[in-house]
Amino acid sequence: MALHGNLIVSIEECKGCGLCVEACPPKVLHLTQQLNHCGYHTVEYTGQGCTGCGICFYVCPEPGALAVYRLAA
Amino acid sequence: MDGYVLAQHRAHSFYPVFDRKPDAQHQTHYCPGCGHGILHKLIARAIDELGIQDRTIFVSPVGCAVFGYYYFDVGNIQAAHGRAAAVATAVKRTRPQSIVISYQGDGDLAAIGSAEILHAANRGEPITVFFVNNAIYGMTGGQVAPTTPVGAKSTTTPFGRSVENEGYPLRVCELLAALEAPIYLERVALGNNKQITAAARAVKKALEIQVKGLGFSLVEILSPCPTVWKMTPVEAQRHVRDELAAIFPAGVYRDRSKDAVPWNAPARPPGDVRGMLGIAPSNGKKPAPPGTFVDQRIKIAGFGGQGVLLLGEILAEAGMRAGLEVSWLPSYGPEMRSGASNCSVRLSTAPLDSPVVSSPNVLMALNEPSLRKFLPDVEPGGAVFYNRTALPEDCRRQDVHFILRPFTELADELGDARAGNMVLLGAFLQMSRALPLEAVGAALAHMIPSERLRALDLEALERGRQLVKEILP
Repeated sequence: MALHGNLIVSIEECKGCGLCVEACPPKVLHLTQQLNHCGYHTVEYTGQGCTGCGICFYVCPEPGALAVYRLAA
Repeated sequence: MDGYVLAQHRAHSFYPVFDRKPDAQHQTHYCPGCGHGILHKLIARAIDELGIQDRTIFVSPVGCAVFGYYYFDVGNIQAAHGRAAAVATAVKRTRPQSIVISYQGDGDLAAIGSAEILHAANRGEPITVFFVNNAIYGMTGGQVAPTTPVGAKSTTTPFGRSVENEGYPLRVCELLAALEAPIYLERVALGNNKQITAAARAVKKALEIQVKGLGFSLVEILSPCPTVWKMTPVEAQRHVRDELAAIFPAGVYRDRSKDAVPWNAPARPPGDVRGMLGIAPSNGKKPAPPGTFVDQRIKIAGFGGQGVLLLGEILAEAGMRAGLEVSWLPSYGPEMRSGASNCSVRLSTAPLDSPVVSSPNVLMALNEPSLRKFLPDVEPGGAVFYNRTALPEDCRRQDVHFILRPFTELADELGDARAGNMVLLGAFLQMSRALPLEAVGAALAHMIPSERLRALDLEALERGRQLVKEILP
């Protein structure tokens, strides 16, 4: 299956609340084992299956923690 | 990343850097999973989409969102607890072209600010209120709020909220829907992505109603508070969806946006009010001389007895008689009897939004502690009147104009040291030419009943004008 979307996570901004993991329709996000400088298990994209729908962006409480990309038509 | 385009990212209406904490300049101060961050993003996105960033003014009162001004790159005002709707009213009325957002929590809006919101809504103020309801006091650590569900435990209802003791949860949208004036009232929730998308639409619609000038709009947002609820962010989201939404049903409670007509600023009172009050000739308001723009932000400070407050009152009274917009705000601490006293005076040809003077362009310092306290605040290019012939060695500035004269001693030579404030006033009038002398004379005639003292004051005033003529011929 072709990749339609991509997600860049700002590790410094993510607080590891997990709302995006819960909301992601294709379930391609998970929380890492590592901690960031604030002590949060931040979110990570598995690298496969993102549709670029942007739902993770809307449920995320941080202004700039996630950047969603879509494959140009 | 070749071939990809950025679909969703940080809104332009946020500051690129959040200055609050040196070690976390991109994160908000909100807890993980907090609804405030989500709503901030929806508001910032709507501001971007409507193209109103340069005329939006965001009012944040006390609550978790008190630091709104660190995040939104718009005009910002911090209001006293509960008073955001009143402050927003003033801002909207003095700046009708601005888009005014009042952002309030449930402890703020539904408890201490219940009067303000009720009356702002009842007057139909054309502002937009975002009411964040998480059914608890979050910032202060989890006390019962008017919106807390019956039976819910909080630090102040350790056995659960009881109807007998705390009453029923207050439903704000339903309450305001009983009023005639509101144009748009909707309750949304942040319980899952569908609800968040619906919330985004409501937020944008409420702002659009203000852009069109239709009237009062309020969106209530049921929002998770994982920390105080002692839940994980995912559990808290579910709690919003399942529990809160059952007590506070989502929906549109009022939508008259289709029939509403654009609001106009309230008309000035009919008739010649000044004439009726006897404060100006009955031929009406004296217009400011054409082409002159007055914006005097004056701080007057000294110790009790120097006539600090009276000087401010005379300036304001004279300004009013000259047809200017004026304010006078005294400040004297009960903890310092016969101690420091100061007042702020504004004289302007434009409507005033606030009587507070935080960066004066005129400082009148009648003693040394006042000079030391307020000199750093004076705007570059401002004028500083100081009651001595020299500045203290360690209290200097190069970018302001100093008028250093012993006003009190000069008044003493005229017969009464108490008239030092009038010598200073004369110097100010001669220097700024902000007020016509007749207006000051009329103000003195109104405020100083004793003919003897008034004659002395006029003499002192003239002495002050001479002082400046000597400096600036």
